[in-house]
Amino acid sequence: MIDFVRNVRLWFAPERVREEGGTPDYRFSLANERTFLAWLRTALALIGGGFAVDQFLPDLRWGWRVGLALALLAAGVLSSLRAVNHWVRCERAIRRGEDLPASRFPAVLSLAVAVVALVMVVVVLAGWEG
Amino acid sequence: MSAPARDPGLQPERTRLAWRRTTLSGAVAAVLAVRSALHGGPTPAGIVAAALCCLLWLGFLALAHRRIRALAAAAADGVPVLTPRHASAAALCTVALAVCAAALLF
Repeated sequence: MIDFVRNVRLWFAPERVREEGGTPDYRFSLANERTFLAWLRTALALIGGGFAVDQFLPDLRWGWRVGLALALLAAGVLSSLRAVNHWVRCERAIRRGEDLPASRFPAVLSLAVAVVALVMVVVVLAGWEG
Repeated sequence: MSAPARDPGLQPERTRLAWRRTTLSGAVAAVLAVRSALHGGPTPAGIVAAALCCLLWLGFLALAHRRIRALAAAAADGVPVLTPRHASAAALCTVALAVCAAALLF
């Protein structure tokens, strides 16, 4: 948790990352930046999915629709916050010459997306029958 | 550390395109927001939320543009590294977009 607070402080302090370690090969930094952007795209896609559930499943009951949409939007928020946090951690690890941080987040996110997808299939099928 | 004259991996170009792709994804999300606001009779609150989404997308576009300009300008003395503030601003745009989206649901 304290690590997390330190990372959050790093998000807003542009020069602090540079105080640590040496300047890495810029190609590593750019690759890290592209990974960050890929996570942001994931977040944007989840947000778009939230909108899509709300708009393209109009026959669902209100509670299910809003619940699924909110789950996707929450996943989007988490993904974008995680994108910055992971970027800062990787940048620091690269500068210090340490191993890159391991993360459980991809597994958790894919499980969450799988659950939402399953619920959606069940709910849509049940909606058609009912 | 001096950058090679021409990087065979085209790293700055790939990074530029990654910013473009991400801006495009944001545009799709903003269009869906506008569609959602106009769907089933526009309400004042819906219009405000959709306008906020568009503004956030413009903010992201500006961030991407600044980063792309920085990447293009720095040919000689290495490529400037993305600053944490820039990265957090981009992520916060995304978070705010999700908050507006949640507001649009109700």
